[in-house]
Amino acid sequence: MEETKFTPQTWPDHPEQATMEGKNKFVGIWIFICSDIVLFASVFATYLSLKDKGPAGMEFSAAELYELPLAFVMTMLLLTSSLTSVFAMYHMKNYNFKGVQTWMIITVLLGLGFLGLEIYEFYHYVHIGFGYTQSAFSSAFFTLVGTHGLHVVIGLVWITCLIVRNARRGLNLYNAPKYYAASIYWHFIDVVWVFIFTVVYLMGVLG
Amino acid sequence: MSSVAVAKKKGFGATVWDYLTTVDHKKLAVLYLVAGTLFFAIAGFEALLMRIQLMIPNNNFVSAGFFNELLTMHGTTMLFLAATPLLFAFMNAIVPLQIGARDVAFPFLNSLGFWLFFLGALFLHLSFFMGGAPDAGWTSYASLSLYSPGHGIDFYVLGLQISGAGTLISGINFIVTIITMRAPGMTFMRMPLFTWTSLISSTLILFAFPPLTVGLFLMLVDRMFGANFFNHTMGGNTIIWEHLFWIFGHPEVYILVLPAFGLFSEIIPVFARKRLFGYSSMVFATILIGFLGFMVWAHHMFTTGLGPTANAIFAVATMAIAVPTGMKVFNWILTIWGGSIKVTVPMLYALGFIPSFVAGGVTGVMQATAPLDYQLHDSYFIVAHFHYVIVGGIVTAIFGSFHFYWPIMFNRALSEKLGKWTFWIFFIGFHLTFFIQHFLGLMGMPRRVFTYQADQGWDLFNFISSIGALMMGVGVILLVTNIFMSIKSKPLNCRDYWGDGRSLEWALKTPVPFYNFKQTPLVRGFDPYWLEKHEGNKEGMTYAEPLGDIHMPNNSIIPLVISIGMFVAAFGALYHPDGVSWSIPVIVIGLGITVAAMITRSLKDDLGFHVHVDEILATEEELYGKGGNK
Repeated sequence: MEETKFTPQTWPDHPEQATMEGKNKFVGIWIFICSDIVLFASVFATYLSLKDKGPAGMEFSAAELYELPLAFVMTMLLLTSSLTSVFAMYHMKNYNFKGVQTWMIITVLLGLGFLGLEIYEFYHYVHIGFGYTQSAFSSAFFTLVGTHGLHVVIGLVWITCLIVRNARRGLNLYNAPKYYAASIYWHFIDVVWVFIFTVVYLMGVLG
Repeated sequence: MSSVAVAKKKGFGATVWDYLTTVDHKKLAVLYLVAGTLFFAIAGFEALLMRIQLMIPNNNFVSAGFFNELLTMHGTTMLFLAATPLLFAFMNAIVPLQIGARDVAFPFLNSLGFWLFFLGALFLHLSFFMGGAPDAGWTSYASLSLYSPGHGIDFYVLGLQISGAGTLISGINFIVTIITMRAPGMTFMRMPLFTWTSLISSTLILFAFPPLTVGLFLMLVDRMFGANFFNHTMGGNTIIWEHLFWIFGHPEVYILVLPAFGLFSEIIPVFARKRLFGYSSMVFATILIGFLGFMVWAHHMFTTGLGPTANAIFAVATMAIAVPTGMKVFNWILTIWGGSIKVTVPMLYALGFIPSFVAGGVTGVMQATAPLDYQLHDSYFIVAHFHYVIVGGIVTAIFGSFHFYWPIMFNRALSEKLGKWTFWIFFIGFHLTFFIQHFLGLMGMPRRVFTYQADQGWDLFNFISSIGALMMGVGVILLVTNIFMSIKSKPLNCRDYWGDGRSLEWALKTPVPFYNFKQTPLVRGFDPYWLEKHEGNKEGMTYAEPLGDIHMPNNSIIPLVISIGMFVAAFGALYHPDGVSWSIPVIVIGLGITVAAMITRSLKDDLGFHVHVDEILATEEELYGKGGNK
């Protein structure tokens, strides 16, 4: 199976599900995402119940703290990275390995840009005195956005590993499901960020 | 890695290495079984110490502080580290066979799930030797546990975090296995009930464990890294823990009891020698219980003060669960009704289970009545209720299945005679222990107290309860004796040990070869083995494919390395609040080991290996003699 040399004509329509292992990975990543949704739901609920809660005389509130322009740029970076991962999957279905690698590298770069801005944002908050241990609100904020950030880091390491490990191997039915699962995961991270942008930043600025 | 080499007698070191690296679902089942039995024994011993302390009033057999540790570790261990792995043992051993699969969907993750569970459990138990075990109850309410001195709660949080990750991984694995790995013809509505309940139970794990993960994480950062989720002076709220814990904690009960229902749904038709009554309603009831299980968590919090509206909604939802559960009970009774019953040990457990579990269910409906719950809350009535559900439902299922599935798992049989003694001593001891606790609770004895004053009318009942607990202890010792005796007994080398097996697992000759089915079976109806037997098929199954090469996964040590990394990192986090200089480096080293192992796994191709036809035939001949599996 692994020795088979494909051409764009013989490459299956759904390479990610062409083998038993691929089908398992395909179902598996969706099932995993189901449980990750519940994880984020729990952290969101905790954040919402602790928003703006802190010791008497707490100086920070969501309405004053958040800066929408920065969050907007981060949102755009992450949404675009989701689009570029779609391009990579498009090329995967057409058996164009170079296209897959190129668009995945661009996805990683956009993800790194997002991560850099998030680190800057955290650094900025800590710098002005809104640290992790400062109030229940700050703990909840850093935990929610930080959990998402950790997911981004995991996604970046995952996709980077895929790009590196397959650079010499080329595209085959063994690694096509791996790319596909990583891209589904990346979309999921993106969707979660849309909720964070809405619930944390937009609703936060509204007060 | 040829099959002939596998069948050869191996040295001790090679055997240990084989079990450390195995990805075979049958060997992992053995590991789960051994680990689960070990923790069951530990937690049972803790229960005995508590009952000895409560045997007479004003006793000072154990100290108040140690009693708190005992009750916490008893509950935590029994639920997370004994019942769960024992059920996972049967799910691992039986589900792939029932659906006609060669292995689970993710054999590597199966192994990782076990090692995470085991090292998390080990970490939790190290607390006894390292400054004291957790002492805030298995529910570990934040308002109490946040201020518990020492490292007990830290062990609880980190140990459960690691073992919980293992459970979640195993749950995902079972769901995917049951969705994608079914043999041709094994449609969803032909799946045996144990496979169905394993699927629903795994789905509950999928949705219930993340809230626990989050709850434990919040507790971890609050206690070890100065966060303020539960600290009200900093704006925190301890009720968040109660919600997160019970959103997990209530489904956890169904995670455990649904596979137990499934096991009885396998045992009863075999020994009633009748098709399971109301199969589709059983499936429907399983799904409904799973769904409603998520709608009722706040019935553990009636006295928290959520208000009458919330209490009323959760009270009604809780009572609704009695309907699908009742459907199941009637279906079991109607399966037995008119059957040609063989009273073997597994069937004895099933017959004992029905009335015991119904009693536990009825007291559950009583507590669902919110106003009455204000009276019953935190009393021994609650203790009696959940032990009727857990011992009467889950433990009887596990003990019964030990006998029922032992021939498939180990190619040996447990002694029926000793098994009957075990059953009666355990069963009488169980009712003696817990029936009377209902009345202790109604008389006002609170749970979790380490002693009580004399002459409140509690003395005799507590004494009787303790005698019952000792009988249960004797029962467990007899069961373990039975297990050790079976090791010395003769291998069975037979098919369909009980003579009336119905589902695919009985169609295989024992010992089951490592690839399970030499040809994937074709399932032609419900109860496929029964069907084939009654059509006179000597081989027990129709095959869906000609004999060919079998693709099998490679063994791997990486799951153990990943788990060890987490184990090491947990020590760093544990000592972080003490301000020791090495805590952060240890966390980094531990997580580094984990990440490095994961990247190694990612970078290497793991294509598995093929077992060739001649090797299959050689294995079959070695296992079953000339002619192989005929």
